[in-house]
Amino acid sequence: MFGYYFDLAWRSLRCNPVLTALMVLAIGLGIGASMTMITVLHVMSGDPLPGRSAQLFYPQLDPRGMEDYGQGEDPPGQMAWIDAMNLLHARKGVHQAAMSGGQVTVRPVQGGKRAFYSDARFTTADFFAMFDVPFAQGGGWSAEDDDKQARVIVIAKTLADKLYGERQAVGKILRLGQNDFRIVGVIKPWSPIPHFYDLTSGGYQDGEQVFMPLSTALALHQGIGGSLECWGYMSFDHLDRKTAPCSWLQFWVQLDTPAQQQAYREFLVSYSQQQKMLGRFVRPPNTRLHNLMGWLDYNKVVPGSVQLQTLLALGFLLVCLVNTVALLLVKFLRRGGEMGVRRAMGASMRSIFAQLLAEATLVGLCGGVVGVLLALFGLWVVRQQPAQYAGLAHLDAPMLYATFALALCTTVLAAMFPAWRACRLPPARALKIQ
Amino acid sequence: MQIQPILAALRKHRLATILITLEIALACAVLCNACFLIVNRVQQTQVVSGVDENALAALKLTGYDPTRGVDLNARVLDGLAKLPGVQSISAINQVPFGDHAGTAGITTDPDGKHFGGVVDFFVGGPGSFKALGVQVVAGRVPQPGDYQPVDFFVPDDSAVWVTRALAEHLWPGADPLGKEFWTGKFHFRVAGVLAHLARPYGGEGGPSTIEWSVYVPAQPGAQLAAVYLLRADPAQLPRVLRDARGAMATIAPDAVLDSKASQTIGTLRENYFRQDRVMAGILVGVITALLLVTALGIVGLASFWVQQRRRQIGIRRALGATRGDILRYFQTENFLIVTFGIVLGMLLAFALNLALMTHYELPRLPLYYLPIGALLLWALGQLAVLGPALRAAAVPPVVATRSV
Repeated sequence: MFGYYFDLAWRSLRCNPVLTALMVLAIGLGIGASMTMITVLHVMSGDPLPGRSAQLFYPQLDPRGMEDYGQGEDPPGQMAWIDAMNLLHARKGVHQAAMSGGQVTVRPVQGGKRAFYSDARFTTADFFAMFDVPFAQGGGWSAEDDDKQARVIVIAKTLADKLYGERQAVGKILRLGQNDFRIVGVIKPWSPIPHFYDLTSGGYQDGEQVFMPLSTALALHQGIGGSLECWGYMSFDHLDRKTAPCSWLQFWVQLDTPAQQQAYREFLVSYSQQQKMLGRFVRPPNTRLHNLMGWLDYNKVVPGSVQLQTLLALGFLLVCLVNTVALLLVKFLRRGGEMGVRRAMGASMRSIFAQLLAEATLVGLCGGVVGVLLALFGLWVVRQQPAQYAGLAHLDAPMLYATFALALCTTVLAAMFPAWRACRLPPARALKIQ
Repeated sequence: MQIQPILAALRKHRLATILITLEIALACAVLCNACFLIVNRVQQTQVVSGVDENALAALKLTGYDPTRGVDLNARVLDGLAKLPGVQSISAINQVPFGDHAGTAGITTDPDGKHFGGVVDFFVGGPGSFKALGVQVVAGRVPQPGDYQPVDFFVPDDSAVWVTRALAEHLWPGADPLGKEFWTGKFHFRVAGVLAHLARPYGGEGGPSTIEWSVYVPAQPGAQLAAVYLLRADPAQLPRVLRDARGAMATIAPDAVLDSKASQTIGTLRENYFRQDRVMAGILVGVITALLLVTALGIVGLASFWVQQRRRQIGIRRALGATRGDILRYFQTENFLIVTFGIVLGMLLAFALNLALMTHYELPRLPLYYLPIGALLLWALGQLAVLGPALRAAAVPPVVATRSV
């Protein structure tokens, strides 16, 4: 039965190649443009650590003074050194790590290569276990290494390849700035999207090349970057990051069960009260505990411009759909005579409807193919752009199927109304005109 | 041309007419808003930096021993000044469209009670003021005595130059000369007013704060090192910059040249606004596709109607209508449909703009966008219908005598 419908549909579409091409092109353009933007949005708002993100939390404390105090105000987005160290040593989570971004000067010894800059992450021992960082060789450093400011580092595979080629990098000594460090681990390419653990330098930057214990970095005055928010009266003469009333560290904690999460919330409040009693905090306890995806939302990681473009692309798809509805309507209504003959020969209204929908399905399929090609082209154009997120714009298998599904569904939906109108034409009237 | 019969015919094809009207209305709404977004983006990239962009370049060093900043300054300032083509080389902490290095909140009283906003401090060594080419609209230019040594961040007590925009924000209507403001213990007294000086990273408080800049004269030293402002003849600037970047390897082998930040101000500006240009480009693409699809819809529908009415057209021709009459009939029909669409589309455009305004930081859609959008759609409609209408006009009167 359906074979017959599709045969009829094929003949009818071939009868009017220009109009068919117009419909296919309209649907293809709409699908292509909207899928390009939806794919970009999908990639940018994805889960950076699938499977682990639900257990990762970002605690916030409010150590600021009473000036500019407002009830219900959000606490600072980062943590001061003292609080981060207290939370770290309290060990209330399964894993916890404090961190900050920065840069180091890599001075290769071999072959007289010139010194260059690398993005670095200064963090504590649990970072690797907590974020499930995959190691190619060796492993992370230990909590003792943090305590004794050991001169050890973990580097990324790309940097290891650049410096040592095929040779084993673990155990080598690398000079960063003015000091020597022993490489203890090499991690496989790892760059979560978005760059969730530190959003202060943009949500979509690449992963770091060098990882170093935070205490070591501070002791050796490595170039710590990122943002620094200070409050109260501070002396500008000498900025001591350990004592200054400034927040500049990101702090993450892994909490596996709801009970642990609840306990941690209570711990944050009691910690704030305790600090207030000690006189360090002056505000009433003001704490937050966002989970990973919540933290990304709170920071509005997906740029507004991308959302706007997606909206516009969807508006465009709507225009294309209305266009298709209009074209299908005139096409179907014009075939009143043919329908009349079929009805007079005994075809039911339902089978006419099915036949018209089969025709629309064919159009939708062709539109889908055009749409996928256009979306691939659109994403290629996006990838040529210099935006931080541009390199991520790829069409993966689920999005490819989604594109086809969208094309088919929208076309069939668009055909419903014209088909319904067309099959309601009384056969006698259609025959009489003939 | 009589409109009555056209309207009567359209009533016969009510559904198709409504659909095409709706399509034009949606297109009008998206078109007006997308054009508005483009213009908005482009306007943002037109910021006046206030400096001689095409004669200036920045050079930034990193990775040097911070305790040897004085020595580094001496070597770089001395070494680069000798390069052919260099008109001036001076120390500065930041340049427009570069990395920001001097952002701080200010207060208009010493106790820090009256917050004046977050501004950018351009801390520049001798020669940098003249090199920047900023225009002084009130007060004097910096004298050699104004350049004081820096212990940390800026000199403790200095004469400064503020932009007109910042002066108007801090002391509306008053003469800014001699006015004072503070950042912590640092004290500033306004010695002059600048026409324009854009801060490195735009204004964090929105477009109105983009010129909240302060120029502070200071002596190069450990706290003012590693970023340099190079001035050369615009025609020679690319070559001079290339030479200077190359010379850094021998002048300062202990430091690493930050190649992303060591560019002409023109290049920095281009990189800074790249994202906006990309967005504008994507929007132009969407608009073009949108207009194309709308035109295709009109072509498709009009072709169908022409085909359907061949007999009627033949009869009209046989009764004495000229080709021009037939042509004008279809053109007028299209004009009417597009007009309905535009009327509806304007309402939609405003509704869409209101919705966008609540979710994104967008201003209200100016009224003059509507006539422009209407003209564009009318032109598009006429262009699209021309082909089918010409085909209709070519229908010979003899068709009337043939049975189907």
